[in-house]
Amino acid sequence: MLGLNKKDTNLLLVVLALTMLAPFILNPFPTDSGLAQFNAGYPDLMQRFAIFGIFAIGFNILFGLTGYLSFGHAAFLGVGSYSAVWMFKLLSMNILPAIILSVIIAGLFALVIGYVSLRRSGIYFSILTLAFAQMSFALAYSVLTPVTNGETGLQLTLSDPRILGSSAAADGSIPVTNLFGLEMRSAWDMAVGPWTFTFSAGYYFCAIVLLVAFYLSIRIFRSPFGMMLRAIKSNQTRLNYTGLNPKPYTLAAFVISGMYAGLAGGLMAAMDPLAGAERMQWTASGEVVLMTILGGAGTLIGPVLGAGMIKYFENILSKINESVLHGWFAFMPDGLEDFFVAIVYPFVGKGWHLTLGILFMLVVIFLPGGLVEGGQRIGAAFRRKGKKAGGAEAEAAKQQPGE
Amino acid sequence: MGILEVKGVNKRFGGLQALGDVNLSVEENTVHAIIGPNGAGKSTLLNCLVGKLIPDSGSVSFAGQSVLGRTPHEINQMGISRVFQTPEIFGDLTVYENTMIPCFARRDGTFKLNAIGSVGSQTDIRDQAMAMLEDVNMADKADVHAASLSRGDKRRLEMAMCLAQEPKMLLLDEPTAGMARADTNNTIDLLREIKEKRDITIAIIEHDMHVVFSLAERITVLAQGTPLVEDTPENIKGHPKVQEAYLGGHG
Ligand SMILES: Nc1ncnc2c1ncn2[C@@H]1O[C@H](COP(=O)(O)OP(=O)(O)OP(=O)(O)O)[C@@H](O)[C@H]1O
Ligand SMILES: [Mg+2]
Repeated sequence: MLGLNKKDTNLLLVVLALTMLAPFILNPFPTDSGLAQFNAGYPDLMQRFAIFGIFAIGFNILFGLTGYLSFGHAAFLGVGSYSAVWMFKLLSMNILPAIILSVIIAGLFALVIGYVSLRRSGIYFSILTLAFAQMSFALAYSVLTPVTNGETGLQLTLSDPRILGSSAAADGSIPVTNLFGLEMRSAWDMAVGPWTFTFSAGYYFCAIVLLVAFYLSIRIFRSPFGMMLRAIKSNQTRLNYTGLNPKPYTLAAFVISGMYAGLAGGLMAAMDPLAGAERMQWTASGEVVLMTILGGAGTLIGPVLGAGMIKYFENILSKINESVLHGWFAFMPDGLEDFFVAIVYPFVGKGWHLTLGILFMLVVIFLPGGLVEGGQRIGAAFRRKGKKAGGAEAEAAKQQPGE
Repeated sequence: MGILEVKGVNKRFGGLQALGDVNLSVEENTVHAIIGPNGAGKSTLLNCLVGKLIPDSGSVSFAGQSVLGRTPHEINQMGISRVFQTPEIFGDLTVYENTMIPCFARRDGTFKLNAIGSVGSQTDIRDQAMAMLEDVNMADKADVHAASLSRGDKRRLEMAMCLAQEPKMLLLDEPTAGMARADTNNTIDLLREIKEKRDITIAIIEHDMHVVFSLAERITVLAQGTPLVEDTPENIKGHPKVQEAYLGGHG
């Protein structure tokens, strides 16, 4: 289907089902239950899942395939956001032209930064990208204030021209982002018994873009171009002496991944029309590295899983505060309750980074292939068990030495 | 005039004169062996031919064009393929993919952004690569990761990758080093077969005299960075200078 083989088609269908049913899947707990705080099915967070999924998919095309580790990809995300907001200010509140411009401008930025950074490889490449991103951050934060509105961040105002739209909505407020009239903030609640599921236009738009982005990344992975990128990671010397020039290949991968980042930045602004310099900071660049490695660099679905996991932690774990913990451990005698709260507390709330750090270390040490490798191992274990149960013990035993 | 002309090439590494005034002419469609003791400068000479090293002075031309100042991939596209002393292959890729890459290089040149069509739909490339693997008896290993091959198989694969480009000239740096006798003989047969099947010039560096005398039509003896003699295998065998400089130790 769509030029994919059977395995990839299945993967795409799984992602399709997951994204389309996300409002259900992410809201497994009834609204009034104590566990409702673990529900992630609200539009704002679901949009983040999709947007950072796109960011990580793009990053993985560079890092996962070529092995070139960029520490500056947040710069392209930021550039994408600024471009989109400017489109909202000058042209109209329609998100389509805004997102298209985000992708183009981020691509141009990536072309320049990539051209310079790719003169070196390994750690020097990483440092160069980091330097460029920090320079972009500094420019956005102070030097280019007329374009970026510096510290405050770029926002919409009632005096923006919006030549194809209107400066103000009928009720005198700032107009909202839309796709040919469909407002991105519009949402519809469905109540089933004690559960409430929210379907938001913004999320579904992000989800469809994610699907397209994911589909394109499968095509790139399976293409001759993708094979060349893997060859670059494997042995550049051989590639050179096989008559192929690694430079334009890596540059193309860099630009494509920069465009993905720009797309993510544009979507971010389309969901919430503002852009700030902090989006370009090195911590944001580091986050996408973590997402990709946590999920599984070089795998198709890994970066999406990694992005989802980190965003879930950031938004859900961080909301668990001391009183919530006391609620959980209330059934215990007082002294024990305080003891358990004291132990768990550093890992939740503001300390969610600590949990993430430990998880990241465990994954890197025990599952170098990331969450995807974990899934594969579990799958393999089940398959082996299934075979044994079916009476094929001899066959399973024969296979084991080879594994 | 030979297809490859090396004139007055010098190369120094610090205080060491690795190559001193090397002149070499390789005739088109012949097998030319370069022999010499360890450290004689054989690999260095090869590196100067493929753009890995730039000679301090002298000229190197291939098919009438100078190769100096060109990058390795440009020189390769001129028609020179090289097998390394330690196999250089794509370890993370399968044997089949390893063989497809040179086929792409031959068809599409140094760069082509072919990012949407799948590798699976490139039937001409797949067929060429598979035919090449069958030629070297590795078709059964097509889906194996190249890194897990035996050392002999890695060399065979590297040779297959070079041949898949149908180069005008093939440079081999000790292609049978580390191979068992049977594998060595297979390699000799393979190279002979290649030579019979197509127009190709081969320059081979070898320590194994069995291989050299089975294949070579001309032999250059290199010692301490300078060519001692160049002659036919028959004459080289009995040459006193060669006996002294190189073959002496072997009997
Ligand atoms: N990159 C380098 N830097 C410094 N010295 C080098 C370099 N490459 C080679 N040499 C030196 O140049 C001399 C010639 O080396 P070369 O590798 O060409 O010899 P060779 O004839 O291929 O030997 P072998 O039969 O062992 O492969 C050696 O003394 C070696 O140590
Ligand atoms: Mg050598």
